[in-house]
Amino acid sequence: MDLQIAVLLAQDGLTSGAIYALMALALVLVFAVTRVIFVPQGEFLAFGALTLAGLQTQKLPGTVWLLLGLGAVAFALDCVDAVRRRRPRRLLPAAGWQLALPLLIAGTAAWLAPMRTPLLVQIALTFLLVVPLGPLLYRVAYQPIAEAPVLVLLIVSVALHLALSGLGLLFFGAEGSRTPAFSEASAQLGFLQITGQALWVYACSLALVGALYLFFERTLRGKALRATAVNRIGARLSGISTTAAGKACFLVAALIGVFSGVLIGPLTTIYYDTGFLVGLKGFVGAIMGGLVGYPAAALGALLVGLLESFASFWASAYKEVIVFTLIIPVLLVLSLRAHHDDEDEE
Amino acid sequence: MKARALQALLVAVVGLAPLVAPEYWITLGSYIGLYTLVTLGICVLTGIAGQVSFGQAAFVGLGAYATAWLSSVYGVSPWIGLLAGLAVTGAFALVLGLITTRLSGHFLPLGTIAWGLSLYYLFGNLEFLGGFTGLSGIPPLAFLGHELKRSVEHYALIWSFVLVALVLIQFLLGSRVGRAIRTLRGAAVMAESFGVNTRALRVQVFVFAALLAALSGWLYAHMQRFVNPTPFGLHVGIEYLFMAVLGGVGHVWGALLGALLITALKQVLQSALPQLTQTSGQFEIILFGVLLVVVLQRARGGVWAWISQRFAHWAPEPEMPVGAALPARPHPIADGPLLQVRAARKAFGGLIAVNDVSFEVRPGEILGLIGPNGAGKSTTFNLITGLLDLSAGEVRYLGQLISGMRPEDIARRGIARTFQHVKLLPNLSTLDNVAIGAHLRETPGFLRCLLHWERAEERRLLAEAARQIERVGLGQDMFRRAGGLPLGKQRIVEIARALAADPRLLLLDEPAAGLRYLEKQELAKLLSALRAEGMSILLVEHDMEFVMGLVERLVVLDFGVKLAEGPPAAIRRDPKVLEAYLGGVA
Repeated sequence: MDLQIAVLLAQDGLTSGAIYALMALALVLVFAVTRVIFVPQGEFLAFGALTLAGLQTQKLPGTVWLLLGLGAVAFALDCVDAVRRRRPRRLLPAAGWQLALPLLIAGTAAWLAPMRTPLLVQIALTFLLVVPLGPLLYRVAYQPIAEAPVLVLLIVSVALHLALSGLGLLFFGAEGSRTPAFSEASAQLGFLQITGQALWVYACSLALVGALYLFFERTLRGKALRATAVNRIGARLSGISTTAAGKACFLVAALIGVFSGVLIGPLTTIYYDTGFLVGLKGFVGAIMGGLVGYPAAALGALLVGLLESFASFWASAYKEVIVFTLIIPVLLVLSLRAHHDDEDEE
Repeated sequence: MKARALQALLVAVVGLAPLVAPEYWITLGSYIGLYTLVTLGICVLTGIAGQVSFGQAAFVGLGAYATAWLSSVYGVSPWIGLLAGLAVTGAFALVLGLITTRLSGHFLPLGTIAWGLSLYYLFGNLEFLGGFTGLSGIPPLAFLGHELKRSVEHYALIWSFVLVALVLIQFLLGSRVGRAIRTLRGAAVMAESFGVNTRALRVQVFVFAALLAALSGWLYAHMQRFVNPTPFGLHVGIEYLFMAVLGGVGHVWGALLGALLITALKQVLQSALPQLTQTSGQFEIILFGVLLVVVLQRARGGVWAWISQRFAHWAPEPEMPVGAALPARPHPIADGPLLQVRAARKAFGGLIAVNDVSFEVRPGEILGLIGPNGAGKSTTFNLITGLLDLSAGEVRYLGQLISGMRPEDIARRGIARTFQHVKLLPNLSTLDNVAIGAHLRETPGFLRCLLHWERAEERRLLAEAARQIERVGLGQDMFRRAGGLPLGKQRIVEIARALAADPRLLLLDEPAAGLRYLEKQELAKLLSALRAEGMSILLVEHDMEFVMGLVERLVVLDFGVKLAEGPPAAIRRDPKVLEAYLGGVA
């Protein structure tokens, strides 16, 4: 390996590492606020990229039906709640965001999909179609058991991943897709070619790390959100709505996911199940950061990207083996640093 | 006895089914047996010990590939293949278990997801294991020269293993080690105070579940006589967990039921959606995913919980345990102090919860530790029992330094405690809860409990627990669910559990809280009787009247500092104490 190859590998590793970092950030965000280990985070990435690819071929993507279906289920659950608690007035806003909004989005998508629209419109439509799935999933899958132990929430996450990956195959088929780059710019730096797309990826990751760090460490609202994870009853007593917090952070997580999908779509071919692996690599990174800090998680994810890139040069068949086995020494280090818990958790 | 009849019926159905069932059904039955072996492991690991693994399929793969490689490439006997598979799997699980056992609960499942994926890719990429095409030409199993090739023979072999595993796991769960395993789910701190080495036990349980999976893999390889990576991937690992959760993850019958239901459901889906054969796989996982979410939201106990509620009256009448008495510790008669706390200090960041506190407990006395809320009483308790580390100072017991020791080792020396926030296993009977206290008084380990080779010891343990329950006057509640008792009685159960440890020093954390007047008098009588037998007691209490009439001496704490020490009459007049309690001399 000479320097040129090493630099190219590093560049490649940094680009995928930046995407993993975005995943890691979303995972830490969701975990810090809701205690949910959100295994299906990567599905947002795949759904985002493939929805955009579908719109490019002027077809109405299957995510429309998921949006409408989830909205209807969420509304039905809210109806049951409203009847039980005798608070019918709450149904009005619920009907708005769970029924009317998805219908509006679906209608717009159905109207625009067959037309030849500019890329930006298609991207906007992708966001509108996929991002609301975040809070809807929270409402349907997690909100009814928000008080459950972490492990139960984790099993629910894995079940959701199972269902979503099946739906992904149903909606998008087994073939992969690529989307066009939204920045054609490119610059030559010696032997190194830097594309505008890659710069976008770096800039977005950095901006998000900074924003999340500042929000959770420096603002009262951010600290309040963290408090909900530590002590849900306490948070509610001090006026923090844990449900609203959960929905908000799932919204942000979905936003990050779709964003990553749109960013990575032009760089690599995305299949319906790509998201899972990308998400898990983000996980390995997040765990390196101890599942707590945003800068630490992002750094860990970058390291995963670099390691993967170099591993694919030396032993490409074992790339996944190396990346996922990496978690074992990481856990070992965490374990040696761990303090003895004197509180029980179930 | 009706429950026994149910088990016999099951054996009969399993045994007679192949006589009437068509070939295809018998093969399905074999698969259900293979799945059940794995889900039985999950039952102990997840349902009882509260640890989650998505990687059981990878363990199955290790068991299958070990024997497949050895027997097809080197012509080694499948029995050696079994040993090799168990050894490799055991080693893997041991390392993973040791690494994750100190971390909080969600790191183990995350680890299993990652390494489940990594092993899958490893199987698929290793040339000598045939890559993604797999290994074929695996010889069938042979017994005394007879080769098992017919599906009914596989069925018989697999189900023999399943039935043995079912029986052994029930032995295990009903034993000393089984009770300890149950504490791992949410009561590990309590268990450590009674000498359970929870870390070692966690690893043991994880390895045990992995070995069951490896056994299933071994049987699979020699039945199928071909292996490839697909059935050992992460999604299959998730499916195993799903089976256990759907069936009812806390119970062995749930494991069997889950394997049966999922296999049946798959069959139904495949025949009911013939027009969608090409895409049935994805409908299956969508449905499974959604179903799993619904089960976890609506019926976390699974199908078995629903069934067992309806047949609860079928459970056999509990029998009064009878057994020889356990040897008891002599109470020291020497003059020296039993427990010495010297300049103990505990700082949580900037907050000093216990500030250079010194006192001693003499043999055969009741020492009261009192103080307003937040005075540091419970922290002092946790320092003595090793749940918290001292920031400075030392604790000695019979002259020996015990600060810095682990709670298990301190418990071993004869110190037992109760908890201010009652820590009982709510779903176990009073008897089983109290028996946890006697954990250290017998020694049978995991293997002996699994084989039920500890009948005499188990009888002695339960009889001892029963005696302590009678001693504290809860005889009529012996077989009731501990979680169903009123709080006052639960506190008394805590005392019985501490007594079952045969302590020399009893630490009671607010035992009278929540008791009615008469119950308090009974408790005072019990404590006096214990003192008469030579027991030393350190008592944290709020109820002044209760304390004053009972103790020889009092230590008063306020804001982590020792305010006063002496006999009750002197404490009552101490101006500093009056100020702390009443806000100034009246």
